[in-house]
Amino acid sequence: MITVTGLKRSFKTAAGETHVLKGIDFSAESGEFVAVMGRSGAGKSTFLYQISLLDEPNEGSIVIDGRDALSMSAEEKTRYRLNTFGFVFQDYALLPELTALENVALPLLMQGLQRATAYEKALDALVRVRLDHRSGNVPSQLSGGEQQRVAIARAVSHNPAILFADEPTANLDNESSLAVLAIFEELHEAGQTIIMVTHEEEFAAAAKRLVKIDDGRVIYDGPMTLVRTK
Amino acid sequence: MKRLSRFFLNARIGFFLAIRQLSRASLWTNGLIVFVMVLTFLNLVVVSGILVGLIQGSVDDTRKQFTADVVVSTLPDKKYIENSQNILGILDTIPEIESYTARYSEGASLEANYLTRRDKDKPDIAGTDLIGVNPVAEDAVTDLSSLVVEGSYLSPGDVDQILVGSFLLAQYNPVEAPGFEALENVGVGTKIRLKVGEVTREVTVKGIVDTKVDEVSRRVYMVDTQVRSFIGRTDGNVDQVSIRLKDGVDPAVVRDEILRSGVGNDAKVQTFEDALPQFLKDIIATFGLLGSVFSSVGLVVSSITIFIVIFINALTRRKFIGILKGIGVTGRAIEFSYVFQSIFYAVIGSVIGLLLLYLVLVPAIAANPIDFPFSDGILVAPLGETFARIGLLVFATLIAGYIPARMIVQKNTLNSILGRN
Repeated sequence: MITVTGLKRSFKTAAGETHVLKGIDFSAESGEFVAVMGRSGAGKSTFLYQISLLDEPNEGSIVIDGRDALSMSAEEKTRYRLNTFGFVFQDYALLPELTALENVALPLLMQGLQRATAYEKALDALVRVRLDHRSGNVPSQLSGGEQQRVAIARAVSHNPAILFADEPTANLDNESSLAVLAIFEELHEAGQTIIMVTHEEEFAAAAKRLVKIDDGRVIYDGPMTLVRTK
Repeated sequence: MKRLSRFFLNARIGFFLAIRQLSRASLWTNGLIVFVMVLTFLNLVVVSGILVGLIQGSVDDTRKQFTADVVVSTLPDKKYIENSQNILGILDTIPEIESYTARYSEGASLEANYLTRRDKDKPDIAGTDLIGVNPVAEDAVTDLSSLVVEGSYLSPGDVDQILVGSFLLAQYNPVEAPGFEALENVGVGTKIRLKVGEVTREVTVKGIVDTKVDEVSRRVYMVDTQVRSFIGRTDGNVDQVSIRLKDGVDPAVVRDEILRSGVGNDAKVQTFEDALPQFLKDIIATFGLLGSVFSSVGLVVSSITIFIVIFINALTRRKFIGILKGIGVTGRAIEFSYVFQSIFYAVIGSVIGLLLLYLVLVPAIAANPIDFPFSDGILVAPLGETFARIGLLVFATLIAGYIPARMIVQKNTLNSILGRN
């Protein structure tokens, strides 16, 4: 489904060039739940941004469903993200002036669905995260956990091929984190491909596969159970 | 076809985002931006409207108080209008004419204080035009009686009674300039000498006429029968006829009708616009140009204001713009949302401005003209021109909203989301 080869990303800073990704090879199949872990600054979020086409690597290739993603124009990438990907950001990234329902419906409307259909699907997605009763609330009227659940609903409302999540529980208390994780497990059980960056082992445990990154390189890529045993 | 449907989809999403942003933005912010747009609109329309109205007020007053709608006057090479009585007979047959006044006009001089003047003193003399009118007909056309500020208006049977224009009296017009003549100590009841050619009569000031229309305020009015005998014109030929038309009648149509009757052989027939002096026409054009210049400056200022407002708005929302792009909303849809917001501000500002203009300012200034030294200024705001300016304002605002939105949308998506430069 997604194959990454020799991925490198560096940034120019006042102190010189910082090499964050130093050649990563990675692939994921449809239906997988992959947790990407590593210590702070290891390059896991940068890796996620590259494979989700939010950023452009300096070197390497990303092939998604047989298509070279790096040869796409900016507009094609935007359309690809809309139709193929779902995103859950660490800080929820909801639009403050839209209600929960409108936030979830936005990608559907952008796909060209009529308003009634889009709102109906958005409400279905809110039901899946058990927040349909807060559909008319704007983000400032929701708790952090509720906002993250709305963000998940938005990310999956259009049935994306891959759901990317960047530290989705980092800003949440334990109870909300568990609720979010339960939703991820439900989605995975329903066949959703998930690639989740996290630094919390207890939440990474929900995934079936672990990719560990350190100093810009993959140092472990294998089943989650092996790590648990170790 | 695909591009067109994508265009409409982007516009639809842009509209959706714009409406949500506007409806959930701070009332104060929206109010302030709309307030700026209202002021901009008024700046665009009112400044030039007042400048043009300053002259238009003078033109309107001249039409109302002197020329009326159509004016028949002496040919350049004649002393008076020949066959005047025939011409007046023709005017009686034209149904569009509401009323007219025939005037006699002769150069004259006034002398005051001659009883108290010592031999070596300079005579208190002022040059003027003596105008003979039928008081009733004149009043029906020009409402001259309403301009009498002291004393009373003429009656048909008055003998040796005159109305004096305020321009000729020092207490109304205390200008001390070389060659300028104004009579001292003359009021209602004062006896003064009126001299036409070699004939001098002592007359009494019955009333004083005060207006900003020079053609009225620098003249002396007397009953026409008296003037005829004074200037020795017994043939009934007059010097000028001012014609008031019925409401809604085009002066040019009546002018042409009069000319078709052959009046052009004996007199000059003009609409009030034709009769405007060239310098006044030039001033109107100049003030119109000045108004356009001021309006253009206003337009630039408003565009910059909207640019700054939208730029700051987009800059503070850069993270959300990044998120929108991140989840697949196109840059074009985001640009549309800002353009729609700009148009909203411009349209709402213009609508409020329109209501203020036509429901408050125009009627208020018409009822209480601005007291300029040489005219009673009104606010000229023709609907067509106003809408053209609204179109300009909306277009300028659209551009001013689009450019900053595009600048922010063009930035790297991830940098926008993470707040990196």
